[in-house]
Amino acid sequence: MAPKPKGSRPTKGTGLLKGMAVTFNELTQTMWPGEGVSRFKQRPSPAKGAATVQYPHEKEAPAPRARGVIALKEENCTVCMLCVRSCPDWCIYIEGHKEKAPPRRPGGKERTVSALDRFDIDYSLCMYCGICVEVCPFEAIFWSPEYEYSEPRIADLLHDKDRLVEWMETVPDFEPYEAGSDAKVKKVPR
Amino acid sequence: MSAVSNVMALELAYWQVSILRTLGILAAVLLPAGTFVYLFLFKMVSFMQSRLGPMEAGPFGSLQLLAEVGKWLQKEDVTPARADRVLFKIAPYLVVTTVLLVYLAVPFGPDLTFVGGGFTAGIFYAVAIASISTLGVIFAGWASANKYSLIGGLRAGGQLVAYELPLILAVVGVIIQAGTMNMQGIVAAQATGSIFGFDLLGNPYVLTQGLGFLIFMIAVQAELAQTPFDMPVAEAELVTGYMTEYTGMRFLLFFIGEFAAAGSFAAIGATLFLGGWAVPEAWADLDSNLFNLLGPIILLVKMCLLGGLIFFIRFTFPRLREDQLQRFAWTILIPASLFNILATTILKVAF
Repeated sequence: MAPKPKGSRPTKGTGLLKGMAVTFNELTQTMWPGEGVSRFKQRPSPAKGAATVQYPHEKEAPAPRARGVIALKEENCTVCMLCVRSCPDWCIYIEGHKEKAPPRRPGGKERTVSALDRFDIDYSLCMYCGICVEVCPFEAIFWSPEYEYSEPRIADLLHDKDRLVEWMETVPDFEPYEAGSDAKVKKVPR
Repeated sequence: MSAVSNVMALELAYWQVSILRTLGILAAVLLPAGTFVYLFLFKMVSFMQSRLGPMEAGPFGSLQLLAEVGKWLQKEDVTPARADRVLFKIAPYLVVTTVLLVYLAVPFGPDLTFVGGGFTAGIFYAVAIASISTLGVIFAGWASANKYSLIGGLRAGGQLVAYELPLILAVVGVIIQAGTMNMQGIVAAQATGSIFGFDLLGNPYVLTQGLGFLIFMIAVQAELAQTPFDMPVAEAELVTGYMTEYTGMRFLLFFIGEFAAAGSFAAIGATLFLGGWAVPEAWADLDSNLFNLLGPIILLVKMCLLGGLIFFIRFTFPRLREDQLQRFAWTILIPASLFNILATTILKVAF
């Protein structure tokens, strides 16, 4: 870059004042949010001007695709164990057994289906990578944006099948892809 | 203590006076320090960063500091295995004690002085005793047996020596203009003074010693190791410098020392440049007993102005480099303060 002509250099020290003006403006914007001079007439309301949220009292809505907790659609699970084997932390535990099910149409052969006995996710180990959700070929595991499930005892972070199924109703619908995409938007089984 | 017996017309035994003095100095140190932490460290910086700061402990988080103190008191007091134990343990007390002693020279009202009639060599004493806290910092850095602490302590030593000089030289200008080292006398000189015959404002030296005030505030910023000059505790390079190995109560003492020192320098600055506990004499009769009550409040307001400036600058600017800091002190600040003394002397003689 060519050196600037000497005349256009700002006076030394003006940058310091400019920096102090920035922080001072930010302070007044937090105390009296709004535009123009008339905002100084209102009472100081930092709660409105702050960019942050006072968490236990008010909550910030998480993004719809936030990775909060993993929900299970039990009926779709075939006990294929793909999620268990793909989990880098080995935090998914599955047990199942084979069951006889009635034939699909009258006179048909009796079917064999896999039934889920145990499906646990240990959230004290889970690192929220989402590989299990991506690898599941039967649309049985989904991300839910819920995040409030901390526990006083670490053992209680192991969510069993019943608990994981409950998260299912908090799973939001998939959002449409960007324009021009051929991929079909997946549907969340309800 | 002349102050209390004068104000309350009481005869007190020596031990009663001693207790009152101790309580007085603790209040004088801890109240401004707590005010600074809450107003500036907790709230002002939060608003500057578009957040609210502590809100849960007490109304608007005003009791947060007590909660923090309670937390620190519970923590384990660890001394590193290879530390120089004695030096390591006395270093924080040295820092805090010198800060407490600075307040001895500061007058809070017409009769509210810790030494009867005001400390004759007050400002000399205050600046001298304030520089002893440097020793505490160097002790802490050396005794921790930690390379980060040592570098932090050495940086603090070099920085405080470099900035002590412009600080004292800036104060010399005020001493020449007031004609006294007694801080009570400096307050009186400002309250009763006039600028070219205009005496409605008195003569606050921030107006007539503008350059001196500027140099004083820059040097104070460096003395307190606040941000543009915070290389001794540069957290990105040195963990927390000389405080790295300190935990619990002793870390708390360093923390109190930092903010109480900010308060003490703000008190000195307010007394030297903003008129101290007094208002201009044109406004009120300064000898009245009322000012024994109002004086500390007026001084606290002025201290908060200066403290606000210190922390405003701290939270605005990034850190300089160590060599830039030294060059700035020796090539700009010290010549400027020498020029200030020269100009003050010439003008003092001329007028």
